[in-house]
Amino acid sequence: MTRNRTARSTALSVGLVVGSLILGGCAGAGGSTDGDANGDVTLTLATVNNPQMKDMEELKGTFEKENPGIKVNFIQMEENDLRDAVTKDVATKGGQYDVVTVGAYEVPIWAQNGWLTDLTDTTSSDAEYDVDDLFPPVRAGLTVDDKLYALPFYGESSMLMYNKDMFAAAGLEMPNNPTWDQVADFAKKLKTDDVAGICLRGKPGWGELFAPLTTVVQTFGGNWYDEDWNATVNAPEFVDAVTFYTDLVKAAGEPDPVSSGFTECLNALSQGKAAMWYDATSAAGSIEDPNASTVAGKVGYVHAPVKETTESGWLWSWNLAIPETSKHRDAAETFVKWATSKKYEQLVGTELGWSRVPPGARTSTYEIPEYVDAAKAFAPITKEIMEAVDPNQPGVDPQPYTGVQFVTIPEFQDLGNTISQDLADVFAGRSDVKTVLDKGQKLAQTAGDAQK
Amino acid sequence: MTTIIEPVEAIADVEGDVPPERLARPATRKGIGVSRALLWPALATSLVLTQIPFLVTIYYSLQEWNLLKPGDQHFAWFQNYVTVFSNGSFVSSLVATVLITGSAVILSTLFGLLLAVLLDRRFRGRALARTLLITPFLIMPAAAALIWKWSMFEATSGMVNWLIGLVGIPPVAWNTDAPVVTVIGVLTWQYTPFFMLILLAGLQSQSRDVLEASSVDGAGPARQFALITLPHLRQYIEIAVLLGSIQLVQVFDPVAIMTRGSGGTKTLSYLLYERAFVGLEVGEAAAYGVVTVIVTIVIATVALRTLFKIFTEGTR
Amino acid sequence: MTSATLAPPARPRRVRPVGRAQRRVRASAITLITWGLVVLFFFPVAWMVLTAFKPERQAATSPPTFLADWTLDQFAAVFNRDMAPYLINSLTASIASTVLVLLLAIPAAYALSIRPIVRVRDALFFFISTRFMPVAAGIIPVYLLLQGLGLLDNISALSILYVGINLPIAVWMMRSFFSEVPVEIVEAAQIDGARLHTELFRVVLPIVLPGVAAAGLICFIFAWNEYFLANLLTSTAARTTPPFLTSFVDGRGLFLSVLSAASSIAVLPVVIAGWIAQKQLVRGLAMGAIK
Repeated sequence: MTRNRTARSTALSVGLVVGSLILGGCAGAGGSTDGDANGDVTLTLATVNNPQMKDMEELKGTFEKENPGIKVNFIQMEENDLRDAVTKDVATKGGQYDVVTVGAYEVPIWAQNGWLTDLTDTTSSDAEYDVDDLFPPVRAGLTVDDKLYALPFYGESSMLMYNKDMFAAAGLEMPNNPTWDQVADFAKKLKTDDVAGICLRGKPGWGELFAPLTTVVQTFGGNWYDEDWNATVNAPEFVDAVTFYTDLVKAAGEPDPVSSGFTECLNALSQGKAAMWYDATSAAGSIEDPNASTVAGKVGYVHAPVKETTESGWLWSWNLAIPETSKHRDAAETFVKWATSKKYEQLVGTELGWSRVPPGARTSTYEIPEYVDAAKAFAPITKEIMEAVDPNQPGVDPQPYTGVQFVTIPEFQDLGNTISQDLADVFAGRSDVKTVLDKGQKLAQTAGDAQK
Repeated sequence: MTTIIEPVEAIADVEGDVPPERLARPATRKGIGVSRALLWPALATSLVLTQIPFLVTIYYSLQEWNLLKPGDQHFAWFQNYVTVFSNGSFVSSLVATVLITGSAVILSTLFGLLLAVLLDRRFRGRALARTLLITPFLIMPAAAALIWKWSMFEATSGMVNWLIGLVGIPPVAWNTDAPVVTVIGVLTWQYTPFFMLILLAGLQSQSRDVLEASSVDGAGPARQFALITLPHLRQYIEIAVLLGSIQLVQVFDPVAIMTRGSGGTKTLSYLLYERAFVGLEVGEAAAYGVVTVIVTIVIATVALRTLFKIFTEGTR
Repeated sequence: MTSATLAPPARPRRVRPVGRAQRRVRASAITLITWGLVVLFFFPVAWMVLTAFKPERQAATSPPTFLADWTLDQFAAVFNRDMAPYLINSLTASIASTVLVLLLAIPAAYALSIRPIVRVRDALFFFISTRFMPVAAGIIPVYLLLQGLGLLDNISALSILYVGINLPIAVWMMRSFFSEVPVEIVEAAQIDGARLHTELFRVVLPIVLPGVAAAGLICFIFAWNEYFLANLLTSTAARTTPPFLTSFVDGRGLFLSVLSAASSIAVLPVVIAGWIAQKQLVRGLAMGAIK
């Protein structure tokens, strides 16, 4: 009998331990998503881990001090992870995030699906927020049926960056509006065993490889679709552009294209391992930072290279939006307005340094004397390009959507990813451009048919 | 010579599930009832957690359902299966999975065997050597993939290119030219210790008498290894391969972290993930899932029932 | 045959002095090779830890920096990013799932090995075959179900899924340990009149405790290291360490030493546990192999 009792009590206590673990887990999970007992609200913010967002996290204390009762919990993710995580959460109405950073591509699609909170009233009724100050092309991309669904945190176009010392040493001169043929020529002349002539993204992903590549396609006269949603992915212009791009990388590009994205190219240029780099205008801030870069002050910035068009920059913005499923919409609105306000720019400037002010979201940014002074190497050209970009018709021919380096349809993410993965084989010589694009054409046509 | 063969046969005797003396006990009705009661919770848990989701997956696989197009969900018969079989992704992923799993298992077995043999002798610092060697198996796969990608296989600053550069080999653009090698490399690195541990235990369970007797009989080390040690190790190798394959066939972490499915590394697990959570094609992804499970079950059953003695002999 | 067995005693007298020296050289050579391989296999781990103590600009250089300006900055940075909750979540999920697995697997393994049971092989086959099924194949309904129940980002839900993953392995490993228990002991206990669970807890358990420990350790390691489900099913409150690690990959800057620091911290508990319990680990795996 005694033995029996001990056994039973052992079993019971084990059960209790497990039970309390489970209950403890539940309580822990519940406690941090919902409000505390005293009415405090904790906002969960999912963000891409770019430097500008890290600055935001660093400064969130100021917001929490100004808005007692609201706490902000940052979840940082790498861009691809963020996209997967947020898309899946918003699409399944998971409701795990109160604020998300979303790209210019997702905002119109999600807004049409009714996944994002309409921010028109709260911004337009707020004179201090000055919604008309937002860069017009950026704001247009975040607006669906005259309603604003996300607030731009920073915006960017693309430009060509080059190492002035290397150009001087080789006796070359970079024009302000170079053509791709000139750039290819420079790249081949500047290429050495240690230095890549040019760094161009090759990392698979519609937002990685296809950001610069689509602008090349467009300036070569190609595009994803014609005006009637017929896919043109294996049209001669598209094929020529992709062939040009991959050949240029193979002949004079970085050594490991498939692992090269923004970061890798940034490292290459700022460590003097690349002579040129065609990428986001927002890269300039990091290149001009002497703590991270050995080429600060030695880099020149010019317009995106062209062929058939006069301009060729892309248009992108990282924005703050509030999913419809957020449980704390009011607090979330307060936060997204704070983080995209003029006041926030001042805060970054005084606390962290003026060159770290998030660029390309507000016109007035380029009127702040301290910023213009701190960023004189790249601020004027950034503004010039941002205003020159035409998201309604970036290529030679008209297109049935608004957007430069992406097609604003839900299927594009998958389409771009698949083709860019196959293009990885082209860089490695395991496949050729025509084969990949013929396959891509079929996928693109299926997606295009769904839009007709 | 007979002394050499005897122990091998002796091992064959215990290969079954239950030693004979246990079977000799009368299987009373009550005994069986109690056994069933003891087994039931675990079986039920396994059923609920693994089989029910699968049944629901079958249901989803008959739906046209893209999460990006809410309100457009409807029954679609076998449309998703047509997509699965017509676009070729499944076959190439199956090939990738077999190639990656197979290579990693074979390489891990070979390295594991080599290291086990090397460690099965006395030398200075043997305990330390074993401790260091098992470490890769203990490293979190996500951490391993990240470190290998950024610190080892990186084209310009990676240690692999630096090391091969020391012996005059030009740098390799790993992620561009050999993504499959990077994935197999990391998996082999992680699983070699696992294979080594099992094989080392096998080596150490070998009776010294037999080995001594055979060397007295004049068998050289190579002959001894081939004739005595390898047959003795067979069941250890089998079980290592079985357990290793179970883990490796599901490979996801290094693919998701290192290559994102490019360059022939899109394994079935990654394909399923990508269809479901990047493409957000619930129906299509479910169809891939169903086909994957059927194929895996067929391969696994054939492999288990034919290759592994443990499921073919003894018991009952 | 007789001549062969007689020959060796004659040989040593002549050969031994040379042979011994030769053998010693050969042994040292083999030892050297062994250590070479050990260093090769351990190198990535060592390099990760070294990199963690480097300043960011010396982390990814070509050629590699061996004498860096060693610093603890990266560890400070990791804890500034608040790593502790992720570690606690990992620990909770690992412990809870391991305890549950053992509670379910011990009786099952006992039934499969000591008690005579019909269709042992089929039950075993079922367990191991569930493990062959790709977790990814059933993930959509699991995700949608958890979402419907409001159990996404919930550490208990994650722990229970880990039970499903680890249960087969635990049953498999422990069954072989239970087979080691001499039948006489069980029978003696039964004749004693001891009831079933007394038999299990007081007689059998001490004998199989090393096996339980080994299976528990393996389950703990797998749960601690699990990335796929954790990445998919958790976001904030219940996010565990492995998906947290990938967030150190910075899309726009240098990150290698801070990533190495975070990785070093993340792998530490399991590496140390594995080092300490390596005897059990070896026995556990080996027992799984033979019986």
